[in-house]
Amino acid sequence: MSEQDILEATGIEVSFSVGSPLVARLRHQPHLLHAVDGVDLRVRRGEALALVGESGSGKSTLARAIAGIQRANRGQIKLDGKVLPSSRRSRADQRRIQMVFQDPYSSLNPRLTVGGILHELLRVHHVVPRGDVESHTRELLRMVGLPEDAAGARPRQFSGGQRQRVAIARAIALRPELLVADEPVSALDVSVQATILNLLQDLRSELGLTLLFISHNLAVVRHLCDRVAVMYMGRIIEVAPTEELFRNPRHPYTAGLLAAIPRMTARDEDEAPAVRGDPPSPLRLPTGCRFRTRCPIAQQICAERDPALASADTDSEHRAACHFAWSVEAANAPEAR
Amino acid sequence: MSELASESISTARPLQLEVSDLRVQIAGHQGVVRPIDGVSLEIAPGEAVGLVGESGSGKSMTLKSILGLLPPDAKVTSGSVVFDGTDLTRLSPSLLNKVRGRRIAMIFQEPMSALNPVMRVGNQIAEGPRVHLGLSRAQSVARAVDLMRRVGIPEPERRFRAYPHEFSGGMRQRVMIAMALSCDPELILCDEPTTALDVTIQDQILRLLAQLCHESGTSLMFVTHDLPVVAQVCHKVAVMYAGRIVERGTVSEVFSRPLHPYTLDLLRSAPDVDHPGQSLVPIPGMPPSLVSPPSGCRFHPRCQFAEDDCKVSDPPLRLLEGDRATACLHFERCLDQIGTN
Repeated sequence: MSEQDILEATGIEVSFSVGSPLVARLRHQPHLLHAVDGVDLRVRRGEALALVGESGSGKSTLARAIAGIQRANRGQIKLDGKVLPSSRRSRADQRRIQMVFQDPYSSLNPRLTVGGILHELLRVHHVVPRGDVESHTRELLRMVGLPEDAAGARPRQFSGGQRQRVAIARAIALRPELLVADEPVSALDVSVQATILNLLQDLRSELGLTLLFISHNLAVVRHLCDRVAVMYMGRIIEVAPTEELFRNPRHPYTAGLLAAIPRMTARDEDEAPAVRGDPPSPLRLPTGCRFRTRCPIAQQICAERDPALASADTDSEHRAACHFAWSVEAANAPEAR
Repeated sequence: MSELASESISTARPLQLEVSDLRVQIAGHQGVVRPIDGVSLEIAPGEAVGLVGESGSGKSMTLKSILGLLPPDAKVTSGSVVFDGTDLTRLSPSLLNKVRGRRIAMIFQEPMSALNPVMRVGNQIAEGPRVHLGLSRAQSVARAVDLMRRVGIPEPERRFRAYPHEFSGGMRQRVMIAMALSCDPELILCDEPTTALDVTIQDQILRLLAQLCHESGTSLMFVTHDLPVVAQVCHKVAVMYAGRIVERGTVSEVFSRPLHPYTLDLLRSAPDVDHPGQSLVPIPGMPPSLVSPPSGCRFHPRCQFAEDDCKVSDPPLRLLEGDRATACLHFERCLDQIGTN
């Protein structure tokens, strides 16, 4: 783990059991779904790292494992060089990684006032001396752009965007080093999304927060994040600095994902869809490369060998898990489609 | 889409659908809510029109009122929806049923709740042609299999017997499209058909819809909150705010030269994937209450250009040159804004 990394996750695996194990055994069917299947991830201090992918790619599960609210079956998570226990984390460790969830309608306790939510946290975690809880609450509300009298109101009195501000205030109340935000703007209207994105950006510079930002919206990711990790079927298949990834994607899935984003300009109607077919069942993953069933450049080797996440040269920050990522064929892949 | 649209302009055919001054009321606890308050829209044959706006702007409600699918407590109080010379709002339920699914079809956002979970998907597709077109069982089955092939469902003969839960989200939406196309409708109404889908699947479905409508000359009305999606599918767009249409025009015109401050703000508040450096400008304030909307222009409390006259006079949708219309008294200022940036 290098000096600049705040978090290092190695070999993370999370699986869920699906249906009855007995029935699965009788029918010779798998019953373990590998939501995250061997992921290594490093988060640098102060950066905004995006985790993107489609539903079922494992991005939320990985985020929850990092935040410690989902137990990983295998792997190790190091925060600031210290290994976090795989089961229950100490209160001090919990405090250092905080999370903001997608749906601000279900992630806030409806029976507590906003002040109550924040007071409880500040007291339990001893963030500030007891006498300062009140003033610190006001300070938190100011930081997320809510009026002072918001402390007396309950979540239902707020709009979606304001609730998300409350959720962010709750997360930063504990002065975390890493903020994990799981689709924080997906449930909000476009005009409100901008206020939350701007708030996250301001908080980053104000508090020096490190942000792990989970999203399926690539326009938002390009706007907010420094680096991007793309997930597909439980694996990270490409990771690169944001502009590098958008300009020069090396994995055919990333290229397809970028081409599939609806643009503000009209497109050629006769052009084929960017990525064909549906994702395979996570219970029956293809052999070799997991993307090969939808890949426009798949070869024999893709069915035989599972490609590792690799870069063109050792010091490159751009890594991709494709047999042809760094060869000439891949460079021509978008045209070949 | 541009080719498709130019055809419809050059040959001045009669309108396919004309919604005029439509008003809908819902009696709520806090008073009468007016989710649609004077909406006028027209669609020419073969044209694809997008209807955009934030949640609560009345875009879905407008779509539903066309086919009389409003919730029971909502009533059309005035206005008309003229389809092929007939006012749909005055039709009896039995006559309306002859239009629904036959001449005007609808695709919903959530295909899982729009499909019958205990009926085989093939039979659901075949039902329309059998009821509306009087096809025999064998004929309608053959038609359903053919439709499933056209919308890109692999192995249609086998998948015909599957149930909706056996399909993925994208495949279910393909089934919905096959159902919508099953009676060769003249108009398809789409209510956020790709919002619940992943981006690669959304891309497949949008291309499929555009291609099929182009081939069959079907008109499309497309409700969404996602401006880039409109740019992919539609030729014309209408922007809704608080139950009214505030701007209308061709997609390229409206998105590059918005003539209403609300449209301008909408465009500036969403990150554009092709312009990463651009800063986001949120729209101040909140959408107004539909029980007691603001006086004058409904956008004036949030508008950067609002003057005293905006608080008093309610601006109608004014027609400008080249099929554009705006409901802003000071729309020239939008142009100045674009000029300075």
